[in-house]
Amino acid sequence: MTIDTKDIYKIAAHHRFQWEKAQDCYVILFPEGMVKLNGSAGEVLNLVNGESTVEFITETLSKKFTDVPNIAKDIEGMIELALDKAWIEKVN
Amino acid sequence: MVLDKKNNGVSASTTATQPLWLLAEITYQCPLQCAFCYNPTDFDKHTQNELDTNSWIKVLRQARDLGAAQLGLSGGEPLLRKDIEEIVTEASSLGYYSNLITSGAGMNEKRIDALKDGGLDHIQLSMHDITEEINNFITNTKTFKLKQKIAAMIKDRGYPMVLNVVLHRYNIDHIKEILEMAEGLGADYIELANTQYYGWSLVNRDQLMPKREQVIHAEKVTNEFRERIGNKMKIFFVVPDYYDERPKKCMNGWGEVFMIVTANGDVLPCHSARVIPNLEFPNVKDTGLKGAWYDSPAFNKFRGDDWMKEPCRSCSEKENDLGGCRCQALLLSGDAESADPVCTKSPNRHLIDQAIKDTENPGVEAKPIMFRSNKNSKKISDGEEKERLEKFHATP
Repeated sequence: MTIDTKDIYKIAAHHRFQWEKAQDCYVILFPEGMVKLNGSAGEVLNLVNGESTVEFITETLSKKFTDVPNIAKDIEGMIELALDKAWIEKVN
Repeated sequence: MVLDKKNNGVSASTTATQPLWLLAEITYQCPLQCAFCYNPTDFDKHTQNELDTNSWIKVLRQARDLGAAQLGLSGGEPLLRKDIEEIVTEASSLGYYSNLITSGAGMNEKRIDALKDGGLDHIQLSMHDITEEINNFITNTKTFKLKQKIAAMIKDRGYPMVLNVVLHRYNIDHIKEILEMAEGLGADYIELANTQYYGWSLVNRDQLMPKREQVIHAEKVTNEFRERIGNKMKIFFVVPDYYDERPKKCMNGWGEVFMIVTANGDVLPCHSARVIPNLEFPNVKDTGLKGAWYDSPAFNKFRGDDWMKEPCRSCSEKENDLGGCRCQALLLSGDAESADPVCTKSPNRHLIDQAIKDTENPGVEAKPIMFRSNKNSKKISDGEEKERLEKFHATP
């Protein structure tokens, strides 16, 4: 599935995305499962909120992580992965 | 910012010795009498000293502080507790992803709404077969129609539909029809759990264990179905370890990610750990969960691999399964530190091979099933079933 910069995504039904203090990371929780996200994956999904476009997410993270080259490609890859895992759903 | 695609964007496990899953076996009472129940056969001893509501709330808070995020409310039948709604509400406010593991008995419109309002995330409903006959036989109760009704109620309230079907020789050949039923009910997840032999299921192993060709057939049908249905319904097929050559990595390691608190407050690394002799498990009436998890001798006993004997100790595959299940090793061989007999490298593998051979012997199967009832539990506690239990090294 190709990701368009105008796409908007949200956390999939029956899934919950939250910060875990004891784990010091973001996690996704769903029936019978829990996935601990590494730092960058967590940063991307934290902005997947059913309102922001991929473009907006990319802009936001580019400003936050100025030292990362080609960040748009990484973000797109993460969204593709999350879609493939059915952690997120397309809204628009 | 580099995403680690190799590991699905998930950082490598740093979970060692942090509980992520809390299973609250909130009561051992159950109106059903399933022949395959993994609860301890002596549960009768633990039905008079259950933790009260406040103790459970304390347990939830302490486990959450330690890092537990997934919560299973199980039993017995958790709906027999009148305070389950209150416990669910607390769990939700603490940020757990909560799961009610139920037979459906005790559920009604009012309660399912209260649970939803309280923030329950999902309900896992046990189903037994497509036929009323087998459902009622294996549970020793007339519960077939009830389950159909509760499944519809779960769907109607917008919960994810999670079905759990324990497989045994009486229903495993109906696997295609069971999967079709799940699809018809709109299930999002179905767990096809081949019976693991602990508790009542070990007592009834000769009667429950399918033949090898039945297992092979079931797995084939499941794979074909999965291919057809794709992402619409997630299917977990829990393989029967007896028909494998290597043991399962039981509980993902002793005291690694799972913490169980039983009806009477015992804190365990797995459901059946109490079968292991000379291990004293902490109880929440005397100790906090932090001390239980990190400092108790019982939780530290089988962490790492220092405890291993040969052939596990020098085995190149030991990281894959950590020697398998300690309870199974004890129950079948008498030594909790020995390799799980399921492993073909174990000197005790013949015990598993014999059980497999016995599935071809109609005489062995012909003994009556001992259903999970208070009466039978008392009988076992009182030592009345010696002959049935003689081949095991502890009361299952």
